Amino acid sequence: MPDTPGPDLSTIFAGGIRSPNPFWLASAPPTNCGEQVMRAFDAGWGGAVWKTIGEPITNVSSRYSSIDWNGQRMMGLNNIELISDRPIETNLREIADVKKRYPKHAVIASLMVESTREAWHDIVQRSEGAGADGLELNFGCPHGMSERGMGSAVGQVPEYTEMITGWVKEKARTPVLVKLTPNITDIRQIARAAKRAGADGLSAINTINSITGIDLDTFEPRPNVDGLSSHGGYCGPAVKPIALNMVHQLQNDDASRLPISGIGGIGTWRDAAEFILLGCGTVQVCTAAMHYGYRVVEDMIDGLQNWMREKGFASIDDFRGLSAPKITDWNHLNLNFKIVARIHAEKCIGCELCYIACWDGAHQCIHLDSEHSTPPAIEAASRARIAVTPIPKLDRAIESHGLASRASNGRVPHVDEDECVGCNLCALVCPVDGCISMERVENHLPRKTWEDLVNGTPHS
Amino acid sequence: MGAAVPFGFQDNAEVARRFPDLHPAFDSNEALTEANRCLYCFDAPCAAACPTHIDVPRFIKKIATQNLMGSALAILDANVLGASCSRVCPVEVLCEGACVMLRYNKQAIAIGRLQRHSMDYFLDRGGRLPRKSTAKRSQNIVCIGAGPASLACAAELAQKGFGVTVIERRPLPGGLNTYGVAEYKLRPPDSLHEVAMIAELGVEFRFGVSIEDESDLAALERQYDAIFMGIGLGAMHELRIPGAEHAHIIDALEFIARYKTASNLSVGNNVVVIGAGNTAIDAAIAARRLGAAHVTIVYRRTERDISAFGFEYEHAKQEGVVFEWMAQPVAIHSGSLECSRMGSTFQLPCDMVIPAIGQTPLPLLERCHGPKYYSGGDCTNGGREVVDAVADGKRAALAIAKSFKAEHA
Repeated sequence: MPDTPGPDLSTIFAGGIRSPNPFWLASAPPTNCGEQVMRAFDAGWGGAVWKTIGEPITNVSSRYSSIDWNGQRMMGLNNIELISDRPIETNLREIADVKKRYPKHAVIASLMVESTREAWHDIVQRSEGAGADGLELNFGCPHGMSERGMGSAVGQVPEYTEMITGWVKEKARTPVLVKLTPNITDIRQIARAAKRAGADGLSAINTINSITGIDLDTFEPRPNVDGLSSHGGYCGPAVKPIALNMVHQLQNDDASRLPISGIGGIGTWRDAAEFILLGCGTVQVCTAAMHYGYRVVEDMIDGLQNWMREKGFASIDDFRGLSAPKITDWNHLNLNFKIVARIHAEKCIGCELCYIACWDGAHQCIHLDSEHSTPPAIEAASRARIAVTPIPKLDRAIESHGLASRASNGRVPHVDEDECVGCNLCALVCPVDGCISMERVENHLPRKTWEDLVNGTPHS
Repeated sequence: MGAAVPFGFQDNAEVARRFPDLHPAFDSNEALTEANRCLYCFDAPCAAACPTHIDVPRFIKKIATQNLMGSALAILDANVLGASCSRVCPVEVLCEGACVMLRYNKQAIAIGRLQRHSMDYFLDRGGRLPRKSTAKRSQNIVCIGAGPASLACAAELAQKGFGVTVIERRPLPGGLNTYGVAEYKLRPPDSLHEVAMIAELGVEFRFGVSIEDESDLAALERQYDAIFMGIGLGAMHELRIPGAEHAHIIDALEFIARYKTASNLSVGNNVVVIGAGNTAIDAAIAARRLGAAHVTIVYRRTERDISAFGFEYEHAKQEGVVFEWMAQPVAIHSGSLECSRMGSTFQLPCDMVIPAIGQTPLPLLERCHGPKYYSGGDCTNGGREVVDAVADGKRAALAIAKSFKAEHA
């Protein structure tokens, strides 16, 4: 370990919420009670957004379902659980207790009450009275609560969002974050409403409407509640790309731009770094903690610090938003930029997945050393070849047909660089790191975009 | 497997107890995880390495999607003995030896065990071999011998609608699959269940019938439109040294057949196996499993020269088999085997001698003349693996079917 102190992970978010690191637990089962939140802080979490507080609800039994992928569990997780099923007073008492014992950690009260000014005023004052460092307005919950006029029923209508955020801001003394639902055509519409009403920050994204699957024996969808199911909220690694895009949309829009606590498929320090590079001030995690426990935060902190040290970043602000300007509209991309695939023969294991991907899924510019020119003809030729079990006693006289000799690079495909469009597909399907690289071809052409073309700039 | 083993075979629980599976079956989660490791190569080297060209990535992908019925049928489409091959194939030098994962510093996909997973599913559910043609053909074919080559030939022809008879001199079908494969790889009930599937296609089996000479062949020529010779190899070479007439000498194939199918589990305490091929290894390990305290393999050349596969040699060492290299047996005495090495002699305590020094070719094949004859398996390839015999038998069947078509053209 280096002698110098690690890079500083502490954050001050949305004008006043302090936490020792940007890793917060999202409002969800891992933040259901004080005992849990205190264990989470002991494990290293910098903050916790309390499981949403409101008039206690009744949950169903059988609440989660997931998508496994290629033998890996929980690529995506779906839930039909509602907000806290514990009394408001219990939650607030435990918040007070946690804040007393962990004054340096961030505790944010997630709130959802009926849509009246009085109800919101009341819950805001009681939450702040308990010591919450900030408030997160749950306008995103996609199931159950929305049918009662709360959650995403608010977050899908800009006027409601603006009105309720305004009520909250009338009373709140701590920063107010509006949690956004992705289940809307343009997430910026709601962010703009929140900003107009004076919100101090955004939390994005909430879960995505989903039905994870149907049991092919019983024909009943999952999760199964006495033979029926309901759409739930989807989260976990599968949703990260969607969340990153929405975070970027919010950051790229002047009328939406506010401090963002990034949410959606964050399970490692790498995921966190990506959200911060797009401008997030903190990140929130749920599925990874539900899958493996609070201990996942240890590597999040350690990994992020090691990466920051390697890159020379002393604080979160040193790299926050660094990648945001690198995302632009397609119109602004350079049409004269040319890359081609290069296959590094010494690394090739001969699976030929790049070949079939290029032939069936791309532009037919990867070839095999074969007298046959199409995939079916190549396979048919292999099937027509007689193979026998090598038996040393019988094969001494015969020329060795050992597998090593046949395999050693007899199966390395090659790229027709004149035809290659640089789509990346081969490099994406290749199972070996670094075996196929996409390399720039210097064509000495000036930078030219679609916008240049339609505007008739004189480059060409 | 249930109590009812086809062809009247009496299973022996003691044999099963002494020879547990060398490679135990996957449970469904293990199979799913392993299937998902498969890269699904194009023009996969494993499929090319398989003598029957089973489309390995295709059947593995179907395991990953939990389409086990489709997986088994994909295997059977290429190799009607896919169940026994999944257990007896030397996959290390075939499909798994060709796996690209080996060039990625990773373990090869466990193709053999995955194949067994699909085939067990199929057999446990009483799966039936599909027919490849609904037409009833007029020609009748006879397959001599009920080993893997004949079974593959018979199945392919029966699936195409031809009339097929299999003639076998022994009381049970399956050839070496039933009588000669090490018990911890394949048990007779499993071999017989597989043959029963072929019988269900309408193949007629006649047991206890020997085809010995020209007159037998002439009779077959009169009755059948084609004759497939899948007669395997003959008896094992005899040990020609003084004392070899002693009763405690039994050749390796006979020794193996005896414990597998005749419930004769007797074995000496000090056993010497002569030869270092795969059959010698099978016999030596069997002797250990049956209770021999000391089992020695005596081989006249060096470790480097053995014809057994490397993994078989390693397995024998793990089972406690001892090897004597550069040793030539010269005489059998009461209680010992006398060997010579570099001019000097030594005695090995021994109360059972198991020669495993290769099989003699059968002369019958040389008497088969004319366009009706086809052959395959050990009798033509010199003695390879079950999967080679299956490939031979299937190719012969395709040639036979083609010859009929040519006649009609």
